[in-house]
Amino acid sequence: MSKSRKAAALLIALAAGPVSAQAPAPAEDAPAAVRPLGLGRPALPEEVAAWNMDVSPDGTGLPEGSGDVMTGEEIYLEHCAACHGDFAEGLDNWPSLAGGEGTLDREDPEKTIGSYWPHLSTVWDYVHHSMPFGNARILTPDEVYAITAYLLYSNDLVEEDFVLSKDNFTQVRLPNAQGFIEDDRPQTEYPVFSVEPCMENCKDSVEITMHASVLDVTPGGEDAGAAEDAPAQAGID
Amino acid sequence: MTDRPGTTSRRAFMRAGLAASVALPAAVSAARGQGAPDPLITEVQDWARYSGEGVDATPYGLPIRFESDVIRRNVSWLTADTISSINFTPIHQLDGTITPAGCAFERHHSGAIELAKPDYRLMINGLVDRELVFTYEDLERFPRTQGVYFCECAANSGMEWAGAQLNGSQFTHGMIHNMEYVGVSLKTLLAEAGVRPEGKWIFVEGADASSNGRSIPIEKAMDDVMVAFKANGEALRMEHGYPARLVVPGWEGNLWVKWLRRIEVTAGPVESREETSKYTDTLANGISRKWTWVMDAKSVVTAPSPQVGITHGPGPLVITGLAWSGRGAITRVDVSVDGGRNWTTARLAQPGVPKAMTRFYLDHVWDGEEMLLQSRAVDETGYVQPTKNALREIRGENSVYHNNGIQTWWIKKDGSAENVEVS
Ligand code: HEC
Repeated sequence: MSKSRKAAALLIALAAGPVSAQAPAPAEDAPAAVRPLGLGRPALPEEVAAWNMDVSPDGTGLPEGSGDVMTGEEIYLEHCAACHGDFAEGLDNWPSLAGGEGTLDREDPEKTIGSYWPHLSTVWDYVHHSMPFGNARILTPDEVYAITAYLLYSNDLVEEDFVLSKDNFTQVRLPNAQGFIEDDRPQTEYPVFSVEPCMENCKDSVEITMHASVLDVTPGGEDAGAAEDAPAQAGID
Repeated sequence: MTDRPGTTSRRAFMRAGLAASVALPAAVSAARGQGAPDPLITEVQDWARYSGEGVDATPYGLPIRFESDVIRRNVSWLTADTISSINFTPIHQLDGTITPAGCAFERHHSGAIELAKPDYRLMINGLVDRELVFTYEDLERFPRTQGVYFCECAANSGMEWAGAQLNGSQFTHGMIHNMEYVGVSLKTLLAEAGVRPEGKWIFVEGADASSNGRSIPIEKAMDDVMVAFKANGEALRMEHGYPARLVVPGWEGNLWVKWLRRIEVTAGPVESREETSKYTDTLANGISRKWTWVMDAKSVVTAPSPQVGITHGPGPLVITGLAWSGRGAITRVDVSVDGGRNWTTARLAQPGVPKAMTRFYLDHVWDGEEMLLQSRAVDETGYVQPTKNALREIRGENSVYHNNGIQTWWIKKDGSAENVEVS
């Protein structure tokens, strides 16, 4: 069954079954696994509010508030610059948050908020719940608006008098918003790679074209010290 | 290397066996010969005279000290610090398919947290009829399911995109583990809350300081996703999400949220940092693929390999490795000893299990010459693991994730091995 047909079938099943019914009373023919068992307790509104922090591209989840670039810079210098650099350019192995425009189709693209991220909501959301690293969730909504405004400014996307608020949030478009496509492996790769493979005399000759020992960045080996010269672009994410 | 190294055809194997039974080659009999009686046999050893440790000496045991090198290892230059970092399963020293929890790789975004069962809460909120909170005890009262699944980081082999880099299958392929999970089907939990028809996605989130969150389409959530609390028979280890984690069979490890604390039913994807800035795949033209959740068929020869060379010289040699596919069961693994010119179908230790690891063996007779060892997995969809160059042709060289290309080990005459790429 195709993805969408399966989803549709599921939804129909759910609509017909007891699951979407208001009362948790199970229908006669519902399999045991989908019959509500009455376990757990209702989540209180305060509890949902405390944990339900995620912000979506259409602005769903954004709290009231606002912040400007200059205030953002102050907060950023205090809480963020030690790792990400004064201008969000990144220090040592810590991620850079600005720069890299026009590098995505070159060797070793530099992926930052300005060059790569498709949605501003992701910046707000991530900074709000994950940063500063090691001391998360200390920032108020106004502070997060201000830092987000500063990060836009560091990426040359707004002027220094810019004020970001819940109201103008979804008007901001990041440069790479159109830079993503849905996984196309089923079209571009699976047909190509789903053919019976060659078993004998598959090529005329075989030459070694690359050696790991040339870089020698493997830890624990005799030359483990060489790891310091490791290529920075090779990180895991 | 154009000359053809030792073949592994059934005939060659039988010929070798025959030779041995008729008259052992001089070299073999010399190696087998024992000049003086072996004191390990002729003299009574301490362990055969004195008693060993009583029961309870180690109420929960670790491997014997002689195995102390079978450990997870980290590549320190990869990340800024170990709090948001990864280490690698020593797959080169393991056999079978189940990964012992104690050496199964770890990936944290804000370190591994200590979350006690009494402090555990799981919330379901969003587009549901009843927003609910479960305790750990509640989870144990739902009907249970069980399954063996591999969990592979999408970045496994990511350092190898641009070329051969790391010497050892632990480092090239060790961001993976394979465990037997017990838990509750996510669809059972969602049914308890009652998903509304507008609920097309779920957003899952962890309790640690990174609160790593990912969006998953509702059809996958209703299919085989599980909230697991046991792995390999025991409680999850702290570093694997104790007391409960998400298991998302066949899909990239980043979705397997640890210390799972919240499941929100949503109308659309949240597009969190882990599904935009990270875990997206940039193609040569600068356009990036998103939502590349599935882990395609892949395999690697775990031994011999750079960390475990051949020490015994020519003769019988076990070539072994692992194969897996996020799209179903492994049906076949081929092995080449000549860099992909000729292939022999390896023996699967057990029939392939969907979305779980499969162990393969090739019972080879090594002639002592150089080998370019490769393995190539085929899954039940008919998908054949591609070469790295075939992947690069489609994706370019700027991708990091989802490198499932064929790995080559250059085995030298002295039995040592190196990570290489071949034409
Ligand atoms: C102690 C060092 C440190 C401090 C201080 C810090 N960060 Fe970070 N930041 C990190 C690390 C490490 C990561 C990557 C975490 C991961 O991948 O799990 C990161 C990631 C990020 C990212 C995502 C980068 C990307 O490309 O995906 C953003 C945005 C960010 N930090 C913003 C901030 C802001 C804003 C502050 C201040 C409020 C801050 N950080 C403070 C270390 C730090």
